[in-house]
Amino acid sequence: MIEGAKWRRWIFFYIPLCAFIFTLLFPFYWMLVTAVRPDSELYRPWSAPNYAPFWTSHPTLDHITYLLQETLFSTWMLNTLLISIAATLISLFCGLLAGYALSRLKFRFAGMLGTAIFITYLVPQTLLFIPLADIIRNFRLGDTPWALILTYPTFLIPFCTWLLMGYFKAIPRELEECARIDGAARWQAMLYIIFPIAVPGILSAGIFAFTLSWNEFIYALVFLSSPAEKTVSVGVTSELIRGDVFYWGSLMAGALLGSIPVAFVYSFFVEYYVAGLTGAVKG
Amino acid sequence: MAVSDVTTTSDTYTGSVRRWPVTRLLEDERWLALVLLVPTMVLLGLFIAYPFVKGVELSVTDAKVGVPGNFVGMQNFVGLLNDSIFRVAVWNTIVYTAVTTVFKLALGLWLALLLNRNFKGKALTRAFILLPFIIPTVLSTFAWKWMFDPTFSVINWTLFRLGIISSRINWLGDPSLALISVIIVNVWRGVPFYAISLLAGLQTINPELQDAAAIDGARPWQRFWYVTWPLLLPVTMVVVLFSVIQTFADFQLVYVLTGGGPANATQLFATYAYQIGVGTGLLSQGAAISLAMFPVLLVVVIVQLLYIRRVETL
Repeated sequence: MIEGAKWRRWIFFYIPLCAFIFTLLFPFYWMLVTAVRPDSELYRPWSAPNYAPFWTSHPTLDHITYLLQETLFSTWMLNTLLISIAATLISLFCGLLAGYALSRLKFRFAGMLGTAIFITYLVPQTLLFIPLADIIRNFRLGDTPWALILTYPTFLIPFCTWLLMGYFKAIPRELEECARIDGAARWQAMLYIIFPIAVPGILSAGIFAFTLSWNEFIYALVFLSSPAEKTVSVGVTSELIRGDVFYWGSLMAGALLGSIPVAFVYSFFVEYYVAGLTGAVKG
Repeated sequence: MAVSDVTTTSDTYTGSVRRWPVTRLLEDERWLALVLLVPTMVLLGLFIAYPFVKGVELSVTDAKVGVPGNFVGMQNFVGLLNDSIFRVAVWNTIVYTAVTTVFKLALGLWLALLLNRNFKGKALTRAFILLPFIIPTVLSTFAWKWMFDPTFSVINWTLFRLGIISSRINWLGDPSLALISVIIVNVWRGVPFYAISLLAGLQTINPELQDAAAIDGARPWQRFWYVTWPLLLPVTMVVVLFSVIQTFADFQLVYVLTGGGPANATQLFATYAYQIGVGTGLLSQGAAISLAMFPVLLVVVIVQLLYIRRVETL
């Protein structure tokens, strides 16, 4: 703790911390206010004398109603949910198996493969999106959820593998050997002894993967074209802006509602998410 | 050989249990490893290795959407060197990455040090602070775009009321300000990631070291600089390298805020590649622009690999 007078505590601790919290959270408050603000107030220039930016005296649900009834917003939500869950499950499955193999089994090229997976973990989506779009077209996956369900694992698997390798390494080998002496086959020891112990790691990886999929943008933007197939981020971007006209109220309502599933999952599993985040960095 | 010995012993142990031939095969570590790695290898091969090869292939042709194109050698890359927009994009990307990284590290470290103290509501604060990082970037960036709107900007209103400005600031429309605005949003989004990762690093440092230094008469600043910082450096390095890669290849934030404009003032590698490759359909040139990021990314990855190896062997 900070020693000394009370004012020092305020200057060096409370004020900076509050400033950080305020700046980091203000845009979300702004989203909320904008989403319930009537258009007449929304489009009042900031220089107007009766501009009251921080609250609204006539909250309205018009923007949310418009979003849900006049646009395909609920379809986009369902698409995103489906794609994120499917991509997460595929990645967890692959990551679990690969993580186990790379951390527990002795075979040639194990070290090399581990490094290769780590490198793919660092490949940003923007490096490959153009040739990948071509490949998706050739596989006839364009404009279907499969385009994303199959490509999202490319950045999720390396992450899941990396994170789970850390968990597997921490589990004592003796546990597995005991099971094998009791007659379990190698794969049974893996499935029934090691995987259940790694559940916290699996949860962390799963939650992190889910939020990453929900957040993905460029693949969804390039691989999908018909409005009914889009994900939330892309749908909101392309359908709520017509030419130069921004439907700000609905846009903010969409941003708010589109964030809820991630925020919801996150709020229940903060500790696992943080473990995933820090595990992802430290390996 | 030791491995197969173990296998036979355990087989005799469990001689009474009937086993499928596949199970027998999977008792061999090498076969099991192969089977376990197949799904990952197939997916990563199809959607990372193959696109990479395809990208290199595309970048040496003159392919457009729907037109396969002919081999043109290094012509696309030579063209890029003479392309003034590309040069602007390279410069912008460097400035964007360097400036945001410095600010994210400084502010993130500061926030991590604040959060490393004991105070009421610490867990809740930490949970809320991560929000900018977990909320989909595109969606939160729209909130910023609205806050930056020249006519309806709440930031302008606040600055005006505080007497700091007298006329409106066109945050995203003014070419000299646009890159700064984009940098602000990137820093806003990145600080929580730095703070939480560095906080995790700080928590592994034994507080007794601080106490010992304090007893020896070290001032708070000296305690940070000579005790905390050297111990935090490995985590910091990894966090910075990760973030540099992400920032260098950033797309969504700029796409939403400015689309690369005004007059290419915020054009980055990725947005320019998108504009050329998808917008105008010049696949080969777009692929070449994307691939131009590769050497830089490769250097960062190699530094990271060497660094991790060094830390592990220490």
